[in-house]
Amino acid sequence: MINNRFFGKRRPDAPRPIPPGQYQEDGFPVLSAGPTPKVDTATWEFTIDIKGSTVASWSWDALNALPQTDIHTDIHCVTKWSKLDTDWCGVTIDTLLKDAGIDPPAGFAMAGCDGGYTTNIPVADIVDGKGMLVHTFDGQPLAPEHGGPVRLLIPHLYLWKSAKWVRNLRFMDQDAPGFWEGYGYHMYGDPWREQRYSND
Amino acid sequence: MSTDTSLDWQIATVTSVHDESPRVKSFRFDLPKENYLSAGQYFDVRLTAPDGYQTRRSYSITSSPESRKSIELAIELIAGGEVSSYFHEVVQPGDKIEVQGPIGGYFTWDPSQTEPILLIAGGTGIAPLVSMLRHRQSSPTKAPTVLMVSARTEPDLLFRKELQLMEEEDLNFDSIVTLTRKMPKNWLIENVRENRRIDLKMIETAINRLGESPSSAYVCGGTGFVESIGNHLLEIGMAYTDILTERFGP
Ligand SMILES: Cc1cc2nc3c(=O)[nH]c(=O)nc-3n(C[C@H](O)[C@H](O)[C@H](O)COP(=O)(O)OP(=O)(O)OC[C@H]3O[C@@H](n4cnc5c(N)ncnc54)[C@H](O)[C@@H]3O)c2cc1C
Repeated sequence: MINNRFFGKRRPDAPRPIPPGQYQEDGFPVLSAGPTPKVDTATWEFTIDIKGSTVASWSWDALNALPQTDIHTDIHCVTKWSKLDTDWCGVTIDTLLKDAGIDPPAGFAMAGCDGGYTTNIPVADIVDGKGMLVHTFDGQPLAPEHGGPVRLLIPHLYLWKSAKWVRNLRFMDQDAPGFWEGYGYHMYGDPWREQRYSND
Repeated sequence: MSTDTSLDWQIATVTSVHDESPRVKSFRFDLPKENYLSAGQYFDVRLTAPDGYQTRRSYSITSSPESRKSIELAIELIAGGEVSSYFHEVVQPGDKIEVQGPIGGYFTWDPSQTEPILLIAGGTGIAPLVSMLRHRQSSPTKAPTVLMVSARTEPDLLFRKELQLMEEEDLNFDSIVTLTRKMPKNWLIENVRENRRIDLKMIETAINRLGESPSSAYVCGGTGFVESIGNHLLEIGMAYTDILTERFGP
């Protein structure tokens, strides 16, 4: 439906195509359901759970001692902004699984966070270099409001899947909705197919 | 999980436009179907130019969720804003606008929740909170509620008369209003009006007026505002999951 007398203040064209309905943002807006939790790296721990038991865990120092990976990528938030050419550093999920001596289980994973936030992702979308834990953004420690000390980064999905303040990955056979998914957001969240809400 | 997740685009008709403040207008929309709403939710609006260019933005519902076929949104004019300036400068009663919603199920409140609550608004962030208060107003059970409002100047205060009336009629509802810029003469009245950004002390005053610890706090406004209030609430010992936030933008 065309809106009478609406012409739009188009932002300068992005240097390459961005997903439908998105606009290019230079800032870094904040979207969270609650306040920013205070996370202490001295007691921070990241765990992997399979079939109800914890099979691996890393302290902050242990995470930093693993091989580190740099990634240059675009990110897309469901609230319609995309930020191009962002630089992150952290540890890929592949590296974590290898360090723990675990083969990636088939199925799905639920990320759990400080503050109780959760989000579900197919395992295939976090292995083979597609998902990582990041602690550094543009060369600086990741700010708390953007998920520091450590957030998940899965840049090919909408950013709510890149859970902030992540503490745990729980592998599951069946898919199940996480926090926003339970409130009507899409189970998968592919920005290129504009999967914002449950029936998109 | 909300049971009705059908979020198709609906073509809404603007039925009225009126000024809430020098920078905020309320727009009433008739929707083509009944929508099951909760106070605190929002709608997306989508604008399309003749060449097919589209843009969309989110706006909180200010009307009571009991009104299912007609909703009101309060839109602040942002300088150079693509969508807010279209609403302020072009949109008139009779115009048709595509909307999608209701969206959001977390930042919501229902009158069946009778525990004491704290509502904290920065600027236009009062929009979803007013919907909660309007719903509360028409319900027989009235949770003890204190509203904290921060605005720049007195004319920027939104829904002021209506909120004052609610306060007069309802012993379980109180508010604290603070202006961060210009304060009119005789503005400061003990415990009711302030003239600074919301700080720990002001929040403690609000909780004293509530008479008991809030079971939850709803905080809405710009990101900086929400971050700062969220930190204060954590500092006074509120549990992380009892603090619900909605961030409107920069
Ligand atoms: C869940 C949700 C609910 C919202 N509810 C409301 C509401 O009830 N009422 C309302 O007025 N707005 C609300 N907003 C904000 C709204 O969606 C738009 O962001 C806002 O109207 C600006 O859009 P625009 O197209 O006019 O400006 P844009 O063209 O997007 O932006 C123009 C410039 O203004 C800046 N800007 C954008 N938004 C703001 C802002 N909020 N304050 C100051 N500067 C800004 C931008 O960074 C940019 O530089 C809500 C946002 C969210 C995410």
